[in-house]
Amino acid sequence: MSAPVIEARRLGLTFHAADGPVHALKDVDLTIGPGEFVSFIGPSGCGKTTFLRCVAALEQPTEGTLSVNGVPPDEARRRRAYGYVFQAAGLYPWRTIAGNVRLPLEIMGFPRAERAERVRRVLELVELQGFASKFPWQLSGGMQQRASIARALAFDAEILLMDEPFGALDEIVRDRLNEELLKLWARTGKTIGFVTHSIPEAVYLSTKIVVMSPRPGRITDVIDSPLPRERPLEIRDSPEFIAIAHRVREGLRAGHGDAV
Amino acid sequence: MRHVLPVLAVVAAIIVAWYGAAAWMNSQWTLDQAAREGRELTIVDIVNDTMVQERPKLPAPHQVGAELWKTVVATRPGSKRSLLWHGWVTLSATAAGFGIGTVAGLLLAVGIVHSRAMDLSVMPWAVASQTIPVLAIAPMVIVVLNSVGVSGLLPKAVIAGWLSFFPVVVGMVKGLRAPEPMQLDQMATWNASRGQLFWKLRLPASMPWLFASLKVAVAAALVGTIVGELPAGATSGLGARLLSGSYYGQTVQIWAALVAAAVLAAGLVALVAATERLVLGRMGMRR
Repeated sequence: MSAPVIEARRLGLTFHAADGPVHALKDVDLTIGPGEFVSFIGPSGCGKTTFLRCVAALEQPTEGTLSVNGVPPDEARRRRAYGYVFQAAGLYPWRTIAGNVRLPLEIMGFPRAERAERVRRVLELVELQGFASKFPWQLSGGMQQRASIARALAFDAEILLMDEPFGALDEIVRDRLNEELLKLWARTGKTIGFVTHSIPEAVYLSTKIVVMSPRPGRITDVIDSPLPRERPLEIRDSPEFIAIAHRVREGLRAGHGDAV
Repeated sequence: MRHVLPVLAVVAAIIVAWYGAAAWMNSQWTLDQAAREGRELTIVDIVNDTMVQERPKLPAPHQVGAELWKTVVATRPGSKRSLLWHGWVTLSATAAGFGIGTVAGLLLAVGIVHSRAMDLSVMPWAVASQTIPVLAIAPMVIVVLNSVGVSGLLPKAVIAGWLSFFPVVVGMVKGLRAPEPMQLDQMATWNASRGQLFWKLRLPASMPWLFASLKVAVAAALVGTIVGELPAGATSGLGARLLSGSYYGQTVQIWAALVAAAVLAAGLVALVAATERLVLGRMGMRR
């Protein structure tokens, strides 16, 4: 396998709260290769979001090492290694859809002509080309989240970090966005880190599923999915799919068993 | 337009109550006069007299209206007897003070949001500044500035600014802190500088708060200016009209100045509101 994109060795993060230390992450070992689609699943407090935030240099690990593209996370961030999609679309109400997608490009200092070209391209990628001049409130929740994905893709980061991006959407919209995300991934070949609460979502999307458990936040199972890269929605009824989902559920239960 | 009828109804009710109060409050003087002259008066005589007194306790609406007509329309606008001229004197000082207050408030808010030291130190002083009665500080400002040769518009504008900076500070500190942690994290993932964070996120996000504060600030600036016109025998401005009216018992003049001040305040607030609609509309944030 080629050089890892994200590599964590004995990674730990301890918050010091008023009522004692909280082990958000403990002894996390994980290697993610280029082009992988990795889902992080587990109950609240298992550290899945914290791990993603460490990769994005939004949190500082207190133990172990973490490298992104072979360099420390904050250096990787300066090199525009990743785009981050948050749970809420977080579009600025005073900017149009195009204006929102253009925002990171403005901040990073792309030339004006290139900005327009990139905005056009990524809006097309998420199928929002007709909505460039609309304001966010004129779009549905699902469309807003697609716009926020376009925004994360605009500056050609190799890694896409997604923190429960579809968590607030209803199941029908979610299925559709999952399908589209897979297509997007196939077309762009990005490495994707994806935090979710949903077992079907994790199994459907991922090449690798990281099962985590809380107190302390740690990895209990890493499942390499045998499913093919080409995945119609119907694959969720196949025996392979159900078997992986079962193993994820077992992992979650085991993680819970010794903590509660 | 369906709001017109209720509004007119309220105005009509106020005018009726005003007439009633005028008749009641002014009747004592009428009765005293009649008793002194040994005349008998009917109810109609009393009521009629309360509407036309020279120095009523409470002038009737039409008396105030006539005074306004005389001093606004029938007097040459440049004349010292013109309420338009006095209104302009007050308006110009109010606008200058509003400008001073807004700029000072914005600068302080930006400092408070960006510096922890300022956050901890400035706010208590800002609050303390507002607990000092403006009536007490106004003469001192006038006298001190006059002693260094500054008089006219500026001292009044300083007092107006003194009152109007505060709502701007409070509103803008809130507004500049309005972005959620997620939005700040988002900017961090793009390595945005503090300047970019301010111009692209904090400032636009604070606009609704800014306009809410400006409406309060502009009204406060008018109050500050009028109070600034009261001391030291000022001869121009609505405040001076109020003062000279009370010296000479010219209640009609006082009420005309009060109405003028109220109209001015309403106009200024409406102007800020119109700017708000325009700006927020262009930003796509009209609700």
